Amino acid sequence: MMKNRDNRLTLYLLIPVLLVLIAYVLYPSLRTFLESLQKEGGFTLGNYQDFFSQESKTNLQALWNSVYISVLSVLVSAAIGIPLAFIFNRYDFPGRGFFATAAIMPIVLPSLVGVMAFMFLYGESGLVPNAIKDLLGLKEVPFKIGGVSGILIVHAYTMYVYFYMTVSSAILKIDPSLEESAYNLGASRFQVFRKVTFPLLTPAIVAASLLVFMISMASFSAPFLLAGGFRVLSLQIYFSKINGDMEVAATQSVILSIVSIAFLLFMRWYQNRKDYRMATKGIGAHRSEVNNPVLKWTMVLTGVIGVIILLLPHFTILLLSLVPDGTWTWQTYPSVFNFENYRLLLEDPNIFKPLKNSLILSFIATAGNLVFGVLASYVLVKRKFVGKSFVDILVMIPWALPATVIGMNLIFAFNEPNIFSFGNILVGTFWILPLAYFIRHIPLVVRSTNAVLEQLDDSIEEASRSLGAKWFYTFRKVILPIIMPGVLSGTLLAFVESVGEFPTSVLLYTISNRPISIEIMNQLRMFNMGQAAAYGMIQITLIAIVLVISNKFFGVKAEQSLS
Amino acid sequence: MASIKIENVQKAFGKVVAVDHLNLEIKDGEFFTFLGPSGCGKTTTLRMIAGFYYPTKGVVRFGDKDMTRVPPEKRNTGMVFQNYALFPHMTVFENIAFGLKVRKIASNELKARVQEVLRKVRLEKYADRQVSQLSGGQQQRVALARALVIEPEILLLDEPLSNLDAKLRDEMRSEILRLQKEYKITTIYVTHDQAEALSMSDRIAVFNFGVCHQVGTPSEIYNEPANDFVASFIGEINLLPVIVDQVEGNRVTVSAGENQYVVHNNPFNFNREHQDGELALSIRPESIRILAEKADRPNVFQGKVEDVQFFGTIILVRVRVNGLLLDVNLLNHVSANLKPGADVWVELPEDQIRLIPVLSGDAS
Ligand SMILES: Nc1ncnc2c1ncn2[C@@H]1O[C@H](COP(=O)(O)OP(=O)(O)OP(=O)(O)O)[C@@H](O)[C@H]1O
Ligand SMILES: [Mg+2]
Repeated sequence: MMKNRDNRLTLYLLIPVLLVLIAYVLYPSLRTFLESLQKEGGFTLGNYQDFFSQESKTNLQALWNSVYISVLSVLVSAAIGIPLAFIFNRYDFPGRGFFATAAIMPIVLPSLVGVMAFMFLYGESGLVPNAIKDLLGLKEVPFKIGGVSGILIVHAYTMYVYFYMTVSSAILKIDPSLEESAYNLGASRFQVFRKVTFPLLTPAIVAASLLVFMISMASFSAPFLLAGGFRVLSLQIYFSKINGDMEVAATQSVILSIVSIAFLLFMRWYQNRKDYRMATKGIGAHRSEVNNPVLKWTMVLTGVIGVIILLLPHFTILLLSLVPDGTWTWQTYPSVFNFENYRLLLEDPNIFKPLKNSLILSFIATAGNLVFGVLASYVLVKRKFVGKSFVDILVMIPWALPATVIGMNLIFAFNEPNIFSFGNILVGTFWILPLAYFIRHIPLVVRSTNAVLEQLDDSIEEASRSLGAKWFYTFRKVILPIIMPGVLSGTLLAFVESVGEFPTSVLLYTISNRPISIEIMNQLRMFNMGQAAAYGMIQITLIAIVLVISNKFFGVKAEQSLS
Repeated sequence: MASIKIENVQKAFGKVVAVDHLNLEIKDGEFFTFLGPSGCGKTTTLRMIAGFYYPTKGVVRFGDKDMTRVPPEKRNTGMVFQNYALFPHMTVFENIAFGLKVRKIASNELKARVQEVLRKVRLEKYADRQVSQLSGGQQQRVALARALVIEPEILLLDEPLSNLDAKLRDEMRSEILRLQKEYKITTIYVTHDQAEALSMSDRIAVFNFGVCHQVGTPSEIYNEPANDFVASFIGEINLLPVIVDQVEGNRVTVSAGENQYVVHNNPFNFNREHQDGELALSIRPESIRILAEKADRPNVFQGKVEDVQFFGTIILVRVRVNGLLLDVNLLNHVSANLKPGADVWVELPEDQIRLIPVLSGDAS
């Protein structure tokens, strides 16, 4: 009976959270599922039968291709990210700090822009293959990326960062005395690595592998621009939708969702297991200085080359954005550089429109994320109620679901009036995109808010209550101000991610509210590389600004919440 | 100010009963301490008084008002948390003013009251500091000031000194006592440090496993522990399980192993109520005397010194008497110069021995 007052409050807070999750996460997924059971007006499993037994095997092949690409992406990303994490966290050599920072630069490249950069750099008419051709006087370009290798290279470039970041933070958490005591007990370097260090890093490596696997299963931009004839499942969904095979698209979405959600659940299970994490005091990572001059300068040189490769895409986008359209046609290299594209961007309302659209759409979505995220996170972290892990999973589902699937779910749920859209059809209207961006970034904002709320001792709230403040006053004056920096950094990140969002945009946009990523596509189609690159530069700048603001003003490593 | 009555309170968390059958009456203006080992239910009880938990059964009253279901913000209790729980985004002044702002106190009165309490805790100069820039002791005082400034009826302190180093603890102890006397405020103090409890409190309640075993003044708790748990939790004590042989006039004869002891037959030394249960003979180490030669009095036994430990003020001597080991504390100046192996006589004065009930196995 008592506790009533508190329980009632929990309920009042929980109801809106649950409503939003049911309306915009659960219901759309179920709609897709129902759609996949429809065939020729009846309920059957026919679509699934078709999926697996289709004569051309296109779908099965696409599923297999997705898994194949994802496994390869995990292996390649691990092969780059893990050694880098070791080198930068265990050894000291000139420029180490700079290289370590540069190593996370791929994350300031929105995926579509990144793929675009890779096309300009290493594609058929790319700058690098052509430069090599000219330098060596070859007849043909020596190589070009495309198909599997193209996707894989882009994935490796963007995804090794997840290995690098998770393994780095795991390395920093290892108490050096563990390794020292192993040496002290007579173990050799190799034994220490195999028996002590590696087992301690296993959880991080597994977590990163799962993450990269999921992200590449969901990857859309890279296959979209680079796949050629190579079919992956996320792309198949898009094609089915374009061809109007909605039931097939639904079936493909469900199958991709099942794979992703299975991974999400596995990941949760894995991370909740008891692991070897320990609370130890005063851990200082010690890095051994590299004294051997040959080794030292080899490392520095490799670092410099690495940084060049890492930053080449950014640089290419910058360079291209300075090339006015129409001045680079038959030549191998561009020759005219000026700010024409930026001028047009600001002065031509038609070119400015997509940027404005993106900012408005993202602003609306992010405002929703902020309110919802704080509420949901508070309820999840600070309140007790039955069914918490269910709500927790609902919150995480948009993170696990590929963006293409989220887009499809929204189409199925809101191409007809229902109570969750207040009786309106949302597909084809302005509101569908902010809704999609909002859903996509629920997990990001909730998780970054969770991180700060978990740090906040319960006694702070209790102290305020015992001083006479009611719950709402306490929330406004005590809790919110304390968690705001962390919340804002998560929210800003959601904002810039929304600005760059491509997969849901391409499924849901309307001409009048087309966002920046769609316009980049259009410009590419019209071979207006410069204008496309200028849009890309704006996104890169936005992301960079947000990361710097978060780091400097909020003291939050925002890039951490991306993984 | 208010008295507090806790009537038949029980608190269960699921199947775990954290506090059971609790009855306490804390007087107006009293400095009352909850003492007990970790996990015994002190914090739980305190939080029921503050309103953060509601009892599963029973009633909590302030004065005559039933407060059992009143939410924390309506109780007017000042609480000092173990980790202080200062608001990290506010200055010292803002922290202290928080409770007054909530009460919508006019700003000039608010300023005056904050200044006044800042002076009382000797932090006038720190009003505009960010709380993260204070030392542990200063933060502690801000927490106290924040609780005191709202003029609470009751001050609740949950192990407020446990994060401080020894010297600062001593200082803060007297600081808390000084402020408590100045405000004449009913105070409940939670600790598991017995020295703290004995030196500060008007009265102490000793808890174990969710049960309150004894309530009394520090000297009552020390000199007349109600059972073997209280006796052994507070201070050092020799406890020997005994069987009552004979009760005759003003003497009781009991035996422990081969030895027979004589105990005064009065309520202090032998409470007839417990006669039928299991009993233990209890005597504090400082009450045992070491004699150079045999004396013709009861409770004098021959023994052999097993071990001598020097503690400064006192010397701990372990003497084996017919297979039983007795701890004896001697003051340093009684430089008996005892060595392990020496033959001695020990006397357990009959008026110093108490027969107390032994709690059944798991309750102690
Ligand atoms: N919220 C809770 N849920 C479940 N069990 C609890 C909860 N709070 C306390 N307990 C249990 O109740 C018992 C008493 O806990 P309490 O915190 O009151 O102990 P304490 O005397 O304050 O100990 P300490 O000196 O360690 O602070 C313990 O067994 C504890 O595990
Ligand atoms: Mg406690």
